[in-house]
Amino acid sequence: MDFNFTEEQGMLRDSLAKMIRDQYDFETRRKVVASADGWRKDMWMQFAELGLMMAPFSEEDGGLGGGPIDAMVVMEEFGKGLVVEPYVPSVVCGGGFLKRGTDAQKEEYLSGIMSGELVFAFAYAEPRGRYNLADLETTAKKDGEGFVLNGHKAVVIGAPWATHLIVTARTSGGRRDANGVTVFVVDKSAPGVSTRDYPTVDGRRASEVYFENVAVGAEAVIGEVDNGLPLIELVSDEAIAAICAEACGAMKVAQEMTVEYSRQRKQFGTPIGKFQVLQHRMVDMFMEQEQSVSMTYMATLKLGEDEVTRKKAASAAKVRIGQGGRFVGQQAIQIHGGMGMTDELAVGHYFKRLTMIDSEFGNVDHHLKRYTDLSATEVPVAAE
Amino acid sequence: MNLDFTPEEIEFRKEVRAFIEENYPKELVGETVREDLTREQFLAWHKILGKKGWSVPAWPEKYGGTGWTSTQRYIWSEENARMDTVMPLPFAVSMVGPVIYTFGNEEQKAKHLPGIRSGEVWWCQGYSEPGAGSDLASVKTTAVRDGDHYVINGQKTWTTLAQYADWGFFLCRTDPTAKNQEGISFILVDMKTPGIEVRPIKLIDGGHEVNETWLTDVRVPVENLIGEENKGWTYAKFLLAHERSGIAGVARSKRGIERLRSIASKEMVDGVPLIETPDFARKISQLEIDLTALEFTELRTLASEAAGKGPGPESSILKVKGTEVQQRLTELTLEAVNNYGAPYAYGMDAAGNGAGVGPDYADYAAETYFNMRKTSIYGGSNEIQRNIITKMILGL
Repeated sequence: MDFNFTEEQGMLRDSLAKMIRDQYDFETRRKVVASADGWRKDMWMQFAELGLMMAPFSEEDGGLGGGPIDAMVVMEEFGKGLVVEPYVPSVVCGGGFLKRGTDAQKEEYLSGIMSGELVFAFAYAEPRGRYNLADLETTAKKDGEGFVLNGHKAVVIGAPWATHLIVTARTSGGRRDANGVTVFVVDKSAPGVSTRDYPTVDGRRASEVYFENVAVGAEAVIGEVDNGLPLIELVSDEAIAAICAEACGAMKVAQEMTVEYSRQRKQFGTPIGKFQVLQHRMVDMFMEQEQSVSMTYMATLKLGEDEVTRKKAASAAKVRIGQGGRFVGQQAIQIHGGMGMTDELAVGHYFKRLTMIDSEFGNVDHHLKRYTDLSATEVPVAAE
Repeated sequence: MNLDFTPEEIEFRKEVRAFIEENYPKELVGETVREDLTREQFLAWHKILGKKGWSVPAWPEKYGGTGWTSTQRYIWSEENARMDTVMPLPFAVSMVGPVIYTFGNEEQKAKHLPGIRSGEVWWCQGYSEPGAGSDLASVKTTAVRDGDHYVINGQKTWTTLAQYADWGFFLCRTDPTAKNQEGISFILVDMKTPGIEVRPIKLIDGGHEVNETWLTDVRVPVENLIGEENKGWTYAKFLLAHERSGIAGVARSKRGIERLRSIASKEMVDGVPLIETPDFARKISQLEIDLTALEFTELRTLASEAAGKGPGPESSILKVKGTEVQQRLTELTLEAVNNYGAPYAYGMDAAGNGAGVGPDYADYAAETYFNMRKTSIYGGSNEIQRNIITKMILGL
């Protein structure tokens, strides 16, 4: 058992932290979020030059030989800086699917993801599917060698910036069936793909994506036809681990900002940080944040284990981080008082990001149920 | 970063498992309740481990520690939890032992450490007083120098299992003029010394676990002073940090959740096992998730200790969260056994009327729940732990 980071991971963290400190201060972020594009392609390319995108890929895929722990390191720093650029959609999800694709797919896409030239978004959610990854109304009908896609994908994070989409669609079976789900890689500029782009409450951009008779070839299928769900669940669990790391970074900053504010802010002639009722609340925030870090390590380290262990670990982490993030975010606003309500202060923006992380890839209730259902499938231990 | 056990660690697990299975006293197998054990039952496993050289794994090797890594100690606690063993009590092994080998002189080490290792000598803790609970530094028990002796007068309370104790470690005021923390000394007291009276306190669960200890003109040789006079607070704080680090109880709570699942699979609700009802199943899930968070926080703490840092203020997190999990576990267990929580274990008469009412797993469910409310109060209440984190980590 080992909880140390490698030297490379330590260097990655330090250089990324420096880059964010130097070029991603809160005022700069505010301007970028308000700009027409909503992100900085040049910043994205700098991240790529730093090796962020290559870090989690194996050397044979052209990466630096890291894995999910490297993605965890990146996302924790992204969380601290409220970075909006789409590392999880493009690298963790797009890359996560394609590195498990055919040699031809790897050849075509992986180097572009690692260089930053190609940007992926993961179109899995649907207006009526909630968090069920198999509840799909988007269809892909067999047409000769290829498929024709029709449907509507909801709140596809990072889609306005994307060159390509990973799309989940039903190729057979009934709505919500585990079988009959297939994963496709689709060029966003393909005929029949249209989007309605918009900003999100936490400073990012997303799209409603519509597919109208979008024709793709057989080479667009990632993994097996009709048997895509296990792969979707695997990549989603990897994404969960990554956004848990992001939440840890955001929680840490929100908690530290709150402690600092309580030192400065005086009421009744004394810094409010001297009031025990607030001290204990801030300790509770600290404990939530520390436990979230523990859960993120746990889920990340268990991504490679058997399916039930991996899924339970990811769900357990998502439950704990959903609860911890809500507590830290809400209390950070409360202790900042009226100032916490203002758009001017950064703390509210951390609260908003933490709030939205709970609903990405399944919220607390969804994952508590998933964890419980998975526990029921395990052979009960004869204990008395 | 990885969670893998090395081949040596896997071998180690096999070795300790085999040792426990072969040597754990047969009459204690399956005994999961601690309230009614005799002195001999409490010490039985301790004595066997003492002979094996495994009773004080965390101590430095020169004092009898095993030299196990933090991972090995984690495996050790897991394997003991698996068999619900009655482990050596913390007062000797985790509290006064480390104080003696860290701050005591050679004579004190030679005199006391062997009995702690072997389990021959039972130690109790003379810290709290009626007026000094969370505010421990306000102890009023005095130790006045008289020739080669200290004469101790005062009253201690919550002295756990003092009815069995051979020796006690006491915080006494040796300089009444000094400020609170500065005039306290750490003194070892033979509990057979004239002038000591131990009176039982009955707790809400009905058991006799703690006592009042009255000290009237108790004459203690000055060589029983640990370290320097008036520096006792330093040693007391050191001890409390040690006390906290073992307090998370992760392996035991995991075992408790297994038992809870087993109970909930036997209890029926409208013809369906309780464990299959979504409300209760999710309560167990939440508890298990909270325990996982605690476990990995403890593993991170152990890793940083292994890297050379002693138990720091982070151990306060383990105390707070560990006790919350333990309490929630007993609460859910009581909830699971429903009506059969009511029969009162301590109300059963000598003829056994009332004994064995309801399923075995329901015995002591309520009593244990009542008893475990102590955990967020003792060892520095959970509010005191928050004060420690406020000061030491948040810097407020």
